[in-house]
Amino acid sequence: MSNLSKPTPPAGGRDALEVEIYNKAFQGADGSRVEAIAEIAFRVEPASFATLIGPSGCGKTTTLRIILGLDQQFEGRLRFPDDGARVAAVFQEPRLLPWRTVEQNVRLALPETEKGADLDTLFEILGLDQMRSRYPGELSLGLARRVALARAFAIKPSLLVLDEPFVSLDEQTATRLRQLLIEVWSARPTTALMVTHNLREAVQLSDQIIFLTERPARVRGIHRLDKPRAERDTRWRETTLSSLAKRYSGVL
Amino acid sequence: MALEAEAPASDRTGFVTALKPGVVTAVSLLGLLAIWWVAAEIADSRVLPTPPEVASAFWRDAATGELFFHLAMTLMRVASAFILAMVLGSAIGIALGMSREADRFFDPWLILFLNIPALVVIVLAYIWFGLNEVAAVGAIAVNKIPNVVVTMREGARALDRDLGEMARVYRFSRFKTLRHVVLPQLQPYFAAASRSGISLIWKIALVVELLGRSNGVGFQINLYFQLFDVAAILAYTLAFVAVMLIIEFALVQPFEAYSTRWRPRRA
Repeated sequence: MSNLSKPTPPAGGRDALEVEIYNKAFQGADGSRVEAIAEIAFRVEPASFATLIGPSGCGKTTTLRIILGLDQQFEGRLRFPDDGARVAAVFQEPRLLPWRTVEQNVRLALPETEKGADLDTLFEILGLDQMRSRYPGELSLGLARRVALARAFAIKPSLLVLDEPFVSLDEQTATRLRQLLIEVWSARPTTALMVTHNLREAVQLSDQIIFLTERPARVRGIHRLDKPRAERDTRWRETTLSSLAKRYSGVL
Repeated sequence: MALEAEAPASDRTGFVTALKPGVVTAVSLLGLLAIWWVAAEIADSRVLPTPPEVASAFWRDAATGELFFHLAMTLMRVASAFILAMVLGSAIGIALGMSREADRFFDPWLILFLNIPALVVIVLAYIWFGLNEVAAVGAIAVNKIPNVVVTMREGARALDRDLGEMARVYRFSRFKTLRHVVLPQLQPYFAAASRSGISLIWKIALVVELLGRSNGVGFQINLYFQLFDVAAILAYTLAFVAVMLIIEFALVQPFEAYSTRWRPRRA
């Protein structure tokens, strides 16, 4: 982690992330079958950032759970960036262990071989260096989310999965966290897949946006954003937003 | 923070809240002692001795060392039965809490064991295994295990799924998950089970000693019952209660404070 701010070769693994999921259904509370996903197929190029966007309850989180291996009952195929890919997740809730300090929470996620890794730079970039010995109960939601980001990046994943990581934060905090995410991610670009409701966020962060339909989900369209992140100014963002909103009505 | 909150409150809400907690406890206990003393003076009978009579009975047996020997024997039985019951009860409880099938199968057993009177377990243990220490400690433990199982099962059912998933995604080993994710969540249930456990176990231990051992507080109380020496009975009882209070304040509470140090304090 010490060379986090120096340029490093793309670290997301050699291959693209490939996802194909068909006919995923749930048993509803009343015993009826709920079709969540009809057919979703997409690929995320190595060291690129993709976003899944779609209406509420369209199976975005289900897709992430399948990729994370938390839901294994599905038809289809997954291909990870490399064999035995190291996967990191940032969930909607920070999911920190309340009885362990900030630093312990991050260290516990490290594999045995990297137990003593130097986390100073990572904590510093994320503004957590004063918080290392605090317990999660003492942190605001914004800070707890930063810890969750720190935990995800600490393990140097070959695949990073984010499930609405900035939901229910005030806009100022969310904006700051998005900048931090770009900063940490750019230092060591890894294949990343994020779910969000927020098209603005998607336009700011992604190389590729995958639009999904209502449940049962299908891919509605895939939009690539080739402009480097540093050059995405407000004007460019607004034009892109309105053109996307025109093409995919109802996404804003 | 606490000081600021206390000062204005004491003006309005009576004088008990204004005193320090330690003072309140002392006054409360002295009040109980006073009621006992007055009642004993009025009754003026062997059946209800005064506090000084109990104190002299205490010194009599303490001076010979007899009292401490019997206290130690009872404490040894309480401690072994407590450890046995907590270990077995927790293991069974967690297993039942995690497996719905096992829980469904063993639930009737649990209800049965919860409702077997302590006396029956003790008598059967002595008949089947003889009048020995193993039977005594085992009988105490068996009486406590079902309570531990019920509490720990509740704890295992309430385990946070989200944290479990986090541990899976980050590939926590089995041991790491147990130590850092599962056990801390069970700690309050473990504390509740051990709290109620210690008090229940020592009460049962006395019956076990009365029925089949030749030493311990229970044996002595039976002896003084036959001699009709109420002062000695009270002396032994109070001495053992004092031992249990010391354990509570010196071991249980500091441990609890340590294991819940991460909890944000409410103002």
